[in-house]
Amino acid sequence: MSQSTARMLTKALQQASPIIMGYLPVGFAYGVLAQNVGISLLNTVLMSVIVYAGSSQLIAVGLIGSLISPLSIIVTTLIVNLRHLLMSAALSPYMKTWSSLQIAAFSFELTDETFALHSQRFVHESPHAPEEKRSALAINLLVQSSWVVGSWLGFSAGTLIPDVRPVGLDFALPAMFITLLVGQVKNGLHLMVALLSGSLATALLLLGVDQWNVIVATVVTAALGATLEGSWNKD
Amino acid sequence: MEQRLIFLTILGMALVTYLPRLAPAWLLSSRTLHPAMARFLSFVPTAVLSALLLPSLLVVEGRLNVTPQNVFLWAAIPTLLVAWRTRSFFGGVATGLVLVAGARLLLGL
Repeated sequence: MSQSTARMLTKALQQASPIIMGYLPVGFAYGVLAQNVGISLLNTVLMSVIVYAGSSQLIAVGLIGSLISPLSIIVTTLIVNLRHLLMSAALSPYMKTWSSLQIAAFSFELTDETFALHSQRFVHESPHAPEEKRSALAINLLVQSSWVVGSWLGFSAGTLIPDVRPVGLDFALPAMFITLLVGQVKNGLHLMVALLSGSLATALLLLGVDQWNVIVATVVTAALGATLEGSWNKD
Repeated sequence: MEQRLIFLTILGMALVTYLPRLAPAWLLSSRTLHPAMARFLSFVPTAVLSALLLPSLLVVEGRLNVTPQNVFLWAAIPTLLVAWRTRSFFGGVATGLVLVAGARLLLGL
């Protein structure tokens, strides 16, 4: 391995580490639950490899356990993961110089957490430099590996481990979202959009809208932010 | 459910998960976006992060929880202050983890 590759991987691991700390225990929890409802090891790991979407995997395990029809599970998965449309669109301007294959590989591993990280990284580091593309793909690969390994460990540990929340680690992802959100809020308008979006998503969830709350809150408040900014720019 | 049926379910899930991740990046990356669309998308990271974060801090087991027992909510405040003052990714995350671990260990929350 060349020295520059080693440096790139070290930096990728550094940036990915908060996500990895969050994914290992959550992946572990998914593995334990999958084992408990009678999904085979192969299917448990396969889901983490080819679906790779935390909340919908946990939901699917519950639904498989309750013997819900496969079609309902697939439709639920689609609804839960539709929010990625917005994330993929939001990152698209940074991928002008990427090949179709690079975009396909990158998008396959686009999750809430990797989106949060990349939407910050792409602003600061040129996403068009070849080493930056490699670094983005390396981060995604490291992060997904931790998810797959976590699932496998959880399945193997099965019922041996009573508590799947190792001390404090279940706060890794919320803590990361807080720090990334702080980085995103550039002015008063962003602050307003953040407060409205979070409140709307919470209110919708409490009203029972548990699948659509994130996407509805995002579309409504981002549109409001864009409209206000647009009308101010015209003045 | 039979393993073969679970396997087919997983294939279907993989397809409907990958398409929304891939299609916008594939279709939009080579185009110049309308300014209004670009403006909208520039607010998406802020809006989506907050929409994912706030419910995870405020809602516990389907109910609004703003009591002192809600460790995540109270740990979020110093985490936010550290992240804001230091602009450090690691500082913020480490503060949060230590606080939650400490609260559970010392206060039994």
